[in-house]
Amino acid sequence: MMEWKLHPVALIKGLFRPIDAPLFLMVCLLMAASLMLMQSASPERMQAHLMNTGVALTLMWITARVPAPRLLSMAMPLYLIGVLLLVGVALFGETSKGAQRWLHIGVTRIQPSELMKIAMPLMLAWYFHQREGAIGFMEFVVAGILLAIPVGLIVTQPDLGTSLLVAAAGFYVIYFAGLSWRLLVPVFLVGVVALGTIVVLGDSLCQPGVDWQILREYQKQRVCTLLDPTSDPLGSGFHIIQSTIAIGSGGLLGKGWLNGTQTHLAFIPERHTDFIFAVLAEEFGLVGTLLLLAVLMTLILRGLVIAVGATSLGQRLLAGAITMIFFTYAFVNMGMVSGILPVVGVPLPFISYGGTALVTLCVGVGILMSIQRERILSQS
Amino acid sequence: MTEFRSQDEEVGQVRQRAIVAGGFVFICLCLLASRFFYLEVMRYDYYHTRAEDNRIAVVPVAPNRGTIVDRKGEVLARNFAAYTLEINPSRVDDIDDTIDRLGEIVQIDDYDRRRFRKFRESSKFFESVPIRTKLTDQEVARFVARRYLFPGVDVKARLFRVYPHGDLFGHVIGYMGRINTRDEERIEADGEEANYRGTDHIGKRGLEQSYESLLHGRTGSEQVEVDVGGRAVRVLDRQTAQPGNSLILTVDVGLQRVASEAFEGRRGALVAMDPKTGGVLALVSSPSFDPNLFVDGISVADWKALNDSPDHPLLNRAIYSAYPPGSTFKPFMGLAGLELGKRSARQAIADPGYFVFGGHRFMDDKVGGHGMVDLHKSIVDSCNTYYYMLANDLGIEAIADFMAPFGFGSQTGVDIPGEASGVLPSPAWKRARFKKPGQQKWYGGETISVGIGQGYNAYTPIQLATALSTLVNDGVMFRPHIVKYIVDPVTGARTQVEPEPIRRIPLKPENLKAVRNAMVDVTLEGTGARPFKDAGYTVGGKTGTAQVFSLKGGRYREGDVAERLRDHSWFIAYAPAEDPKIAMAVLVENGGFGSRSAAPIARTVMDYYLLGKRPGDPVVTPEPQAPAGGGD
Repeated sequence: MMEWKLHPVALIKGLFRPIDAPLFLMVCLLMAASLMLMQSASPERMQAHLMNTGVALTLMWITARVPAPRLLSMAMPLYLIGVLLLVGVALFGETSKGAQRWLHIGVTRIQPSELMKIAMPLMLAWYFHQREGAIGFMEFVVAGILLAIPVGLIVTQPDLGTSLLVAAAGFYVIYFAGLSWRLLVPVFLVGVVALGTIVVLGDSLCQPGVDWQILREYQKQRVCTLLDPTSDPLGSGFHIIQSTIAIGSGGLLGKGWLNGTQTHLAFIPERHTDFIFAVLAEEFGLVGTLLLLAVLMTLILRGLVIAVGATSLGQRLLAGAITMIFFTYAFVNMGMVSGILPVVGVPLPFISYGGTALVTLCVGVGILMSIQRERILSQS
Repeated sequence: MTEFRSQDEEVGQVRQRAIVAGGFVFICLCLLASRFFYLEVMRYDYYHTRAEDNRIAVVPVAPNRGTIVDRKGEVLARNFAAYTLEINPSRVDDIDDTIDRLGEIVQIDDYDRRRFRKFRESSKFFESVPIRTKLTDQEVARFVARRYLFPGVDVKARLFRVYPHGDLFGHVIGYMGRINTRDEERIEADGEEANYRGTDHIGKRGLEQSYESLLHGRTGSEQVEVDVGGRAVRVLDRQTAQPGNSLILTVDVGLQRVASEAFEGRRGALVAMDPKTGGVLALVSSPSFDPNLFVDGISVADWKALNDSPDHPLLNRAIYSAYPPGSTFKPFMGLAGLELGKRSARQAIADPGYFVFGGHRFMDDKVGGHGMVDLHKSIVDSCNTYYYMLANDLGIEAIADFMAPFGFGSQTGVDIPGEASGVLPSPAWKRARFKKPGQQKWYGGETISVGIGQGYNAYTPIQLATALSTLVNDGVMFRPHIVKYIVDPVTGARTQVEPEPIRRIPLKPENLKAVRNAMVDVTLEGTGARPFKDAGYTVGGKTGTAQVFSLKGGRYREGDVAERLRDHSWFIAYAPAEDPKIAMAVLVENGGFGSRSAAPIARTVMDYYLLGKRPGDPVVTPEPQAPAGGGD
């Protein structure tokens, strides 16, 4: 794999060998859209964004070159480091905006929950891989415990958005590992019923005096605002009202690149990060948004195909989970910007501004590529 | 070959699960697609109208901040409207050029430019930032006529805070300042973001800070149509702002002024309170500062002057600076001796002028001693030897346990921020305070010093005033508070901040009487007699001197030490002694003997409070001399 060839064509071929063309193409399309939207939403961040993109692509390529079995063998140490860092955050973390999420290490500060987004599915995939052929009820219990520890630590920070993402990442592995439908279906139904209750009883539950126990006041606020954005026109409702106006006014074809009046009048807060989808919808209309959905769907299908074809159980589970994480990011983000999900801080994958998330996502793509390459090697 | 079979099964299972997942993803994305279709096609006209023809902006309407008045209704903090010239950086191409051109119409100083740059760094991208505040009417007119030349620049009426009494209440009221990043984080953590949209100032110190949420009110909002330039054309919908609550205080402007002026610029602090309610009547920290300087962003020169002054005017000595209480500690020590059964009121000890402990001589101030000293004499003449012995008999643990309920060494909970807790020394405190094992041990000699209010003892003036109030209120302690009523601006309803007894210390009436009788005699015949000559009411008091500079073995002579190393002067007093209406602690830094500096201030304040007599009416007292005898 590391052989050195002097012939230039062979050299370039060697450099590109780990890259899966369909995946790479989709990611490039998304990143190109991201650059265009950034130019419109926040041109002063262009340079930083280009740099982030470069770093993320490099890390993707490096990850893709690491053989998949070796990736899995790093699961345990990564997971342990992640959990230790999370405990560190709980003990010595820097409090920012009322939540402890950051840990100072020397000169830089890190957010261990971000590492967990990769380490969590790796760990569970590795665990099930070790137990291959003997996966029974106890294995799922152990997996549940492995999942609950970091999620619990992140919830207490408190960071509901990230803990949901990490929980989802772990859940997907468990799902692909074959958790019984008899358990999955009821849980799914309970979730639907609970959501339905909130929607139906929203008015009385959102009265000021009502204490929701498990959620913090501001989280309750977000759910309630979703049900009735006009109840809080200056607070979180402000985001939703403005972003739906931006989306709706985009129409079929959009107002054209750089011509989004809502975004340019700066009515959209955070329009370069979590709300960048509003810029896309306003400037490129329904056509643009459907194209985005199509690209995302292709990306996800490719990921699932890689998962099904992977050479070992661990790789199958890992690939499936990572693919579904992409979907979760995209769905939660677009759902919240278009006003059907509460506002939680989740970026639009490969499009929102922000280096950490971009790196995490690209490392995820790198892992998928590594798994796909493993298959090609085993077939040859 | 079961293994192969199981692997095949697993592949099949993952395939099946992947198909379900893919289907789920497809359904979810279709859900999103239908939402987009709904918004962008079915509701297009509605949103298009809202966005394109009439752009609707939600504009926050900041509430009027509540006012603050003294107990008699005199205004201590109010608002006034002034025009400010503001630039919205997101709508201006060349900001420097715009400011230069604006400078030709209205006056813009370097200070304004600097402040603009500072504010701009801390403000959000789409917010407008003030370049000039408090425009004159002519300047407003000149700008409005040329407004079309300045897109993104506008004149706005803003409310500013003003403190009519200047530095008189600097430490009590505090001041307002621009919301900084730290404030923003706190606001966000409290879920108050929405309520602070449109507000750019926040209480930074004093009552302005501690009552921020009440004073601020609720922000309203207006949905306005804006033109292409972003200027409001028409108001579509309005949610009115709810003004903040007003505060009525327990302090009295007249008393505060008399008390502040009595310091004549010396460094020190005074806390006077009503012992029966804990209501603070006057709280002085001298020198003070003018909170008006901060409202509009303090200038570098003013800030340097305040910050670099050796007198530290920004320091709230009344609640933050802790000093050894000196002999003002003796009434409490005496009471401890009686209550804990180590002394009776009549019991006298022989004072040779010193007390020997562990080979060290602890000196009394009077050479040769006071002779036979009982509790009464020990307080009236401030005899040290009596308390050296008493402290030794009581032991440090018993002293600390007895003093703690009086509030020594803990925050009083007064309703302005920034209180220090002082130090009530005990072996446990020393273990926690020092790191090296050698320093952690408690020595018997240290107990002796604690007995006369020296050593590690350190209390804030407000702690001493609160402890005295508790003593003269038969052991019932009230939390000191400055706000008396909170007034709802809409209904006018007053909510009293109820005086709450936070503790009842069980004390024997005869013991309290013995101590208080002695304190009354302090002002009749003892160390505090001269300043209270012909007072016209009965006063209980106690002088105190806190050592700053210790002359080992030598006797203290004021002229020998530099002014800043002179002893601090204390006086605690209450009056009328039969039915106390006021209790206070006065401290003059480096003021020397308590009777010389602090007690005359107490006299002035009491004359005003009880008799309405101002210090202008002179009571001629002879030039004070060093007291002939007695501690202090």
